[in-house]
Amino acid sequence: MTIPKERHVLVIFPHPDDEAFGVSGTITTHIQQGTPVTYACLTLGEMGRNLGNPPFATRESLPAIRKKELLASAEAMGLTDLRMMGLRDKTLEFEDDEKMVRMMEELIEETNPSLIITFYPDFAVHPDHEATARAVVRAVRRMTDRPKLHCVAFANNTLDVLGEPDIVYDIKPVREHKMNSMKAHISQTAWMLEEMEHKLQNGDTETENWLTLERFYTYRWDQDFE
Amino acid sequence: MELVEVNQLQAAIDSFVGKDVYLHLETTNGSYASHFNEGFFNAGAFIRNVVINFELGKVVGDSPHRVGLKLPQGWVYAQGITHFEIDEEGRLLLAGHDGTGKLAVALQISETPFSY
Repeated sequence: MTIPKERHVLVIFPHPDDEAFGVSGTITTHIQQGTPVTYACLTLGEMGRNLGNPPFATRESLPAIRKKELLASAEAMGLTDLRMMGLRDKTLEFEDDEKMVRMMEELIEETNPSLIITFYPDFAVHPDHEATARAVVRAVRRMTDRPKLHCVAFANNTLDVLGEPDIVYDIKPVREHKMNSMKAHISQTAWMLEEMEHKLQNGDTETENWLTLERFYTYRWDQDFE
Repeated sequence: MELVEVNQLQAAIDSFVGKDVYLHLETTNGSYASHFNEGFFNAGAFIRNVVINFELGKVVGDSPHRVGLKLPQGWVYAQGITHFEIDEEGRLLLAGHDGTGKLAVALQISETPFSY
């Protein structure tokens, strides 16, 4: 499946590194095709647990570290329009729902995207992912001329309920950009990358596919989550 | 952060006695705990920038330590504290990090508010 040229792509995720694993190859490809991409990252992952032992960071120093990592990830993808939205990790579902929707509406109004990428509501595992997905879907639902909405789903029951993703992009041509995006978030990804590289060296095809095939579900308005 | 040295930490706790201080208290298993282990009962809590004023504070036990702060009408308690630091802003940061480097508990006090 080739990645079509878009007018503008708007990516909305709550945490630095959410973009890296599932979407950074797709983002890179859009950018290389000349499509403007905006990435709105709602928090700085302030409540991340990976602080090391011996510790390399504290609860209070982590946000600045993750901000630098996010900027480095953006650079790895060639992304120039990065928005840090200033919310706090773990709190999104407790914000005023309408305020969340308005934040998404303002991003959409400003960037006028032909494609929005976020998480799939009810299949996004982390409460912040779910809150982000709900706000984006609600904002798009209100539009008369809706952009395409491609959602990342990774809950354990995803295949059982949603089936296979309808969009699968082979991002091998930009594999190195994706690796560098993941490596940029080294404070949170070090142990995972070590395990992944070990598997890749042993020719593990499942891991290679996980890395180079990026999967999305077109949001099913006929089976709206609410 | 350094491994807790009980005498140093006790002195640091004592330096905040009787002052209005901002509290950050947190326990966590991580938001993915019951994704990776479906039967896992995930519980946690955090409180941030609530002002307390404690009259007695103690660090007790071998590492991981317990820390308790006695308030005129209540208590603050944390278990599993392994590391501590007085940061450049004079804030006392305590944390419990497990063997894989993940934070499990944090107890922090400061005379100025923590960021948002």
